[in-house]
Order: sequence, then C-alpha cells, then structure tokens
Amino acid sequence: MSDSFMNEWVYTDTVKEHFMNPKNILLDPEYKEDGKGLVGSMACGDQMMVVIKIDDDKIVECLWKTYGCASAIASTSMMSEMALGMTLEEAYNLSPQMITDKLGGLPQHKFHCSVLGDKALRAAIDDYLERQKRDNPFKDSIAKIICECKGVTNQQIEELVKVGVVGSMEQLQEETGLGTVCGKCKSKAAELLDEFMHIYGK
Amino acid sequence: MTEKNIYMDNNATTRIDPIVKEAVLKGFDLSGNASSMHGPGRAASAAVNRARIQTAKLLGADPEEIIFTSGGSESNNTVLNLVYTHMFTKSGRKRIITSSIEHPSIIETVESFKEKGVPVTIIGVDTYGKLDMDALRSEAGDDVALISIMMANNEIGTIQDIGQAAEIAISCGALMHTDAVQAAGKISLDVHALKVDFASISGHKLHGPKGIGALYIRKGLNIEPLIRGGHQEQGQRAGTYNTPGIIGLGAAAEIAFNELVADMMYINKLRNKLYRGIETLIPNVHVNGHPEEVLPGTLNVSFPGAEGESILLYLDMEGISVSTGSACATGSLEPSYVLIATGVGPELAHGSIRFSLGKFNTEKEVDFVLEILPPVIKRLREMSTL
Repeated sequence: MSDSFMNEWVYTDTVKEHFMNPKNILLDPEYKEDGKGLVGSMACGDQMMVVIKIDDDKIVECLWKTYGCASAIASTSMMSEMALGMTLEEAYNLSPQMITDKLGGLPQHKFHCSVLGDKALRAAIDDYLERQKRDNPFKDSIAKIICECKGVTNQQIEELVKVGVVGSMEQLQEETGLGTVCGKCKSKAAELLDEFMHIYGK
Repeated sequence: MTEKNIYMDNNATTRIDPIVKEAVLKGFDLSGNASSMHGPGRAASAAVNRARIQTAKLLGADPEEIIFTSGGSESNNTVLNLVYTHMFTKSGRKRIITSSIEHPSIIETVESFKEKGVPVTIIGVDTYGKLDMDALRSEAGDDVALISIMMANNEIGTIQDIGQAAEIAISCGALMHTDAVQAAGKISLDVHALKVDFASISGHKLHGPKGIGALYIRKGLNIEPLIRGGHQEQGQRAGTYNTPGIIGLGAAAEIAFNELVADMMYINKLRNKLYRGIETLIPNVHVNGHPEEVLPGTLNVSFPGAEGESILLYLDMEGISVSTGSACATGSLEPSYVLIATGVGPELAHGSIRFSLGKFNTEKEVDFVLEILPPVIKRLREMSTL
C-alpha cells in the first residue's frame, strides 16, 4: 500500500479516457475469432487476452479482455484501436513504446509490467497463422540480437521463457551461453528476462 | 473528479480534527524554545508538559514515560536501535523477534540489522493475521533482547494479544515493544496493564498533525538516543521541541481518549453496514483479517476477478478514497506482504481493497460507496480474463 504510485501516476487525458471508457472489450462469450492470444498471469496481477478477426491479411476486428491495473486497461484499449486496419506485419511490429506514445506517456514503473497488449496481439497473430497452417514470417523478423558473442535474440529468450525451459539467468546462460563471453549484455538480458517472466511466468 | 471527497483511508492518515487544528495554530504563537529558561521558553515548556500528560493518558502511561518523536517510524527505529546499545551488549542478548506483518519501519530495519549480523526471528501469522503465539513461546530464549509485535495491523486491522506476548517476553527476560500506531485512539490501550516496555504511536493516525509521534518507555529504563545532540527528553531524543506538533498530538490524544468508546461504537457500526452491504450486493467477495478481533473501522475485502488498482482509481474518480494491496499500487510486481503472510493467494491479494473508516465518515457516505462499488466490480469482472 505504498503512496508512491499516486504521486507518479499521471492521468494524461488520453489514459483517463481509455481507462474510464475502454474501447473494444470482448463481451460476447460465443465470439468466433480467427486468432486468440493470452499473456500474463494472475499471480503477477496482469493478464491479457486479445482476439482478432482477419480479412485479406488485415485486422478487421480486435477485441480484448484484461485482468489488470488502470494502465493495463488503457494501453490495451489504445492498442485495440491502433491495430484496427493494420496488416498482419504492421500489427506484429506494434511496440509498447508506440502504444505508450499514443497515450501521451505512462509512469516509468508501469511501462514494462502493464503494457501487454502488443504481446497478446502478437500471440493472436501467431495463433491465427497456426490455425491457417501458414508459415509465420514475422516471428524472426522482429528479433533483436541481445548477446552478440553468442548470437542470442530477444525472441529466443522470449520463447524459452514462454515454454518454461528458462526461469532464471543461470538457466538462460546454460541454455544459450548468453553473457558467457564478454558479459556486457547481461544486465539487458536480465531486464528482458524479468519482463518475460512477468508475462509468461506462473 | 467530483468535488466531494469520501475519505475511507484513515489507516493511511486522518483528517485533522478542527479542535486540534486550532490548538496547533495557537501553538505557533508559542515561539519560545521549550528548553529556554526565559518567559517565552517557559510558556512553550508548559504547553509541551501539558501535551505530555494528555498523551500519557491515552496510553495509560505516566507523563515522564513519554518522549516525543517525529512519528511512528522514528519511535520504532529508536526501539530497534537499542539492540546496539549498552543495555544489550552487556547482557549478551542480541536476538530480535518480530512478526511477518509488521510495518515496514520494523521489517526493513530488522532486515538491515540482519545484514549487520544481528540475529532476527520472524514469527508468522494464521489466516486471520493472528500471531503464532506458540511459535513465539518456543522461540523466546535467554538470547532474546527484544520482542516487537504490532498491536493492530494497518492493512487488515487484526488485533494481537499483546498482553500474552509481553508475558512471554517477561518469562524469557526480553524487553517488549508494541507498535501501537494503528491501535492508539481506535481501541483501548493501557501500556501498564499490558506490561510492555515500549510502545510507539503517531499523531496523524488519530486526527492529529503529521510529523509528530511519541514513544512510551517504561519507567526505570534508560535508553540511548537514536538522535543525539541535545538534552531534550532527558537526553533520550535530541532536537528542539516541535511545540505546535506536540500540542497537536496532546490535543488529539485527549479527544481520542475522551471519545474512545463512542467513536469505537460509531465507526464499527459504519464498518458493519459497509460489510453487510458489500456481502449482499456483490457476489464472491472475501474478507481479509480477523472476523472479530479487528480494528473497529478497518475492512479489507478481496474481489476476485477485479484488480485492486483499477477498483481504487474508479472509486477515486467518484471521489472515494481507499487503498489496495495490489502490486500495481506499489510499483513492484509483488502484492501486499501482509496479505501474502496470511496465506491469501496472489490473486486475492491483487484484488484487495482496504476501507478504513474514521469518526468523520457518515452513514450517507457508506450508502454512496455501496451505490458506486457494485457496478465498478461488475464492470471490471466483465472486462476480466477470469
């Protein structure tokens, strides 16, 4: 029950609007989506589900549900508006920064833990392509090299955490060799690991 | 946000009582240094002494057993710091025993001591937040310097049996401290009857000013100061007397003492109305804390499927002030350690809301909360992935 967040919480008018009147909430339990993504965990206090309908490789409907804090609600609401009309590739490249910018900013400590909409959207696109039995050309396209020495990407780390193979820095190093040569990527990798653990960890 | 404010966060801080405010303002005119011998000094000193009598009465202490501090955190730190002093080094006793649901000014301080080699034992609580008294009994040995247990918990309101804990302290020869910050002014408090050696209180939790508190030190115990550099408070706490603050604490303590029974009954009536209303109007709620041995105004409720910070902010938009044990409100990923210590799962902890009522709340305000809250919970649950 810290009082620090109240001081840091900035109600930009846009955040407030999306929190008070969230757009595109999934209310129909019978909804037939083309793709569905679920990220986050109840234990962490944020869980997000995104469902999409696709026409001609464009997102024609993007609805969502969330168990989460105000910035989780506001950022997912904003994401759902931004994603509408985007091609799959554009939607796949939607970043937390783009969503946050559109909201007019979020408090620093909210950024990593509550902006999950883009990850859920990506998971929904993955699911769509899988249902269509199509190749997923995007998965590797947004990969960034984290460990230059061993060529480990953020995508690899995300995948390892997602499937439950990696749950700690030690395990990550064992699996990939990340940070075992020059070691300069370790703090960046630890940050990413924290973020992915929050999103996928149980 | 609407203009009106329905303040139900009295465990965080309270609105100053208008009578106290008046006394504090007058205190600013007593501009002499209460340690000076001259007329203005003596006038300030007389006011400080009066406040000491008022404060002592609320605690059931003698006036000379009270020192003024900057608040609950300083009082708690002063007591814990004693394990480093002559009092204990001579006896060879070093260990501190405390509980898992203490205020951060206890928990974080003992954690820092642990790093410096002070042995620390943390006693757990049951699902209601009641201290495991058997564990305390079995841990209490002749190496224990101090047992520190809060009288009532700030988050869930559970009241501990401090008299029993003090008996255990006496039997093993340890000193007993109770953090009575949340208890003072809300339930009856008698440090002599409880046989505690130290008790901490804070002004702003009982409709007094912020930045002022007190520490009860049992007669005969000579402590070393946490803050050095002056002979104030018989050398136990240095620093020029905060005359207006001290006057405010005294005035607040006097009002709290005189109105205690009436306030307890009134506030508890409001709490029960809120409790019954929530249980009737909202399905699937979980009340945290002890059902009976709880502060009269504290109601901590979890709403599964609705996240605490979102509830808090929706209520805030309507002018209702409450607090939450959700991680999101702490800026970390961890929800309330108090709720977790009671065995509440993280999901319930994230969806917890603390209503803490005070004497300035009204039935109409409770009615308004009962009108606003159910649709907020319903809406968040509809939105939820659960």
